[in-house]
Amino acid sequence: MSALSFQSVSKTYPPRSAGASPFKALDRVTLEVQEGEFFGLLGPNGAGKTTLISILAGLVRASEGHVRVHGHDVQADYAAARRLLGVVPQELVFDPFFSVREALKIQSGYFGVRHNDAWVDELLESLGLADKAGANMRQLSGGMKRRVLVAQSLVHKPRVIVLDEPTAGVDVELRQTLWQFIAKLNKQGHTVLLTTHYLEEAEALCGRIAMLKQGQVVALERTSDLLRSATAQVLRLKLDGELPAALRGVARVTGRIVQLPVHNAIEIESHLAAIRAAGLVAEDVEIRQADLEDVFLEVMSRGQTGGQK
Amino acid sequence: MTGWQTLFYKEVLRFWKVAFQTIAAPVLTSVLYMLIFGHVLEDRVKVYDQVPYTSFLLPGLMMMSVLQNAFANSSSSLIQSKIMGNLVFVLLTPLSHWSWFVAYVGSSIVRGLAVGAGVFFITGWMVHIQFVYPLWILVFAIMGAAMLGALGLIAGLWAEKFDQMAAFQNFIIMPMTFLSGVFYSIHSLPAFWQRLSHFNPFFYMIDGFRYGFFGQSDVSPWTSLTVVATALLLVSAIALHLLRTGYKIRS
Repeated sequence: MSALSFQSVSKTYPPRSAGASPFKALDRVTLEVQEGEFFGLLGPNGAGKTTLISILAGLVRASEGHVRVHGHDVQADYAAARRLLGVVPQELVFDPFFSVREALKIQSGYFGVRHNDAWVDELLESLGLADKAGANMRQLSGGMKRRVLVAQSLVHKPRVIVLDEPTAGVDVELRQTLWQFIAKLNKQGHTVLLTTHYLEEAEALCGRIAMLKQGQVVALERTSDLLRSATAQVLRLKLDGELPAALRGVARVTGRIVQLPVHNAIEIESHLAAIRAAGLVAEDVEIRQADLEDVFLEVMSRGQTGGQK
Repeated sequence: MTGWQTLFYKEVLRFWKVAFQTIAAPVLTSVLYMLIFGHVLEDRVKVYDQVPYTSFLLPGLMMMSVLQNAFANSSSSLIQSKIMGNLVFVLLTPLSHWSWFVAYVGSSIVRGLAVGAGVFFITGWMVHIQFVYPLWILVFAIMGAAMLGALGLIAGLWAEKFDQMAAFQNFIIMPMTFLSGVFYSIHSLPAFWQRLSHFNPFFYMIDGFRYGFFGQSDVSPWTSLTVVATALLLVSAIALHLLRTGYKIRS
């Protein structure tokens, strides 16, 4: 039995105003996540990732289709489904009335979990919160509040951990602490579903990845297969001026760094010649294998032509 | 603790942590009403022929505090949690709509009774007060607080901003509590207003509550009990339906 099962899930939001048309956030999304998997859900903003997770968590109702957690329907059998889920919401929210330890004990209680002080202590220790246990939530920095959110989602030792962009806007230290801890839980058998905009994280952590675009699954493969499927290598260089117009459409530009997909030596020479012809000087030229970001951009640019596999 | 017990405990802890605002402030307001109205009207008004005005006023003020604070508890907790986004911590749990209802209404009853008791202990020594039927006092206090707690739940679910909540409180709850016989017996009103008062369920809560103190009331306590119980059932059914369907909290 799958840990998570999404069967032809659609979500249409009613029009916000008279004359507006309904918004289809998800369109017949079907995917399965097996027990023990570290699964990545990627897509640009507005692709439907958070809507899909919200349906899983019971915050939003699907217009069509079924979502199950270890066989329990998230609507008909919501209590059993939610007991198996630990969801880290994307928004940085907190209850200002309570201390960190109180928040964790209260969250445990909602799930009917008692006498879990040892586990709460382990969570506090593992997420670097031990010295903040008595602090009020209002006194914590953004990064610390994010750690508490993660801890709150894990108090009842859920079999499935859902992380909705957990590292958005947080420092390197937290990312490392968080991923070490989540990877450890994954090794112990917990299933992990992750959405993130940091594609290097998804590449490093996720065994399988689904990509969403405009509410539809446009890629669903093992991460290694996705990387192998990249049709091009990447020519990476630094430029001292503006890229020639002919190359702008295909290039990834980050400040001075330009990355161009290349398929053969002739194409490399052609790009470099265009740069020279524009009177620009290229530095630190190198050719590297495509990474997940390249694959992501390629999949998103071809839209649904890649199809669901 | 089970799930609903934890939510109940959390809701009680929430208002207890700001007890100056949630308990002491409304007690002080009622004490001021008692001092001012009592001073002005004590020698001029007698109710039920022999009951001094301050003795009559105290149960009314107690019940008004119970009702207003029971409403404030569930409504403010919900609207704050919705606006701050931390309601998600409860939405993600396996708690049923019954658990939500019992926890929010239960904590509202506790706060309402705490404020009512506070008003009594601070001002009770100022007046001669009797307890003819203590059970009626308790029944109407709990049922009234429960109904306002449930009404606060409905308002908290419905309101999307503090402005809407303030409108609910100031244009519905406040007039209905003030025009329910807190400060007067409805027999002292013109016939039209007397008739109108009979359509206000808050009147029956206060009248029944007062009956427990004096053994006298404007209408029979059984009539009041029937009206209050019916209103409580109706409001509870609406609140439970909204919770079950996830009205404005699950899209």
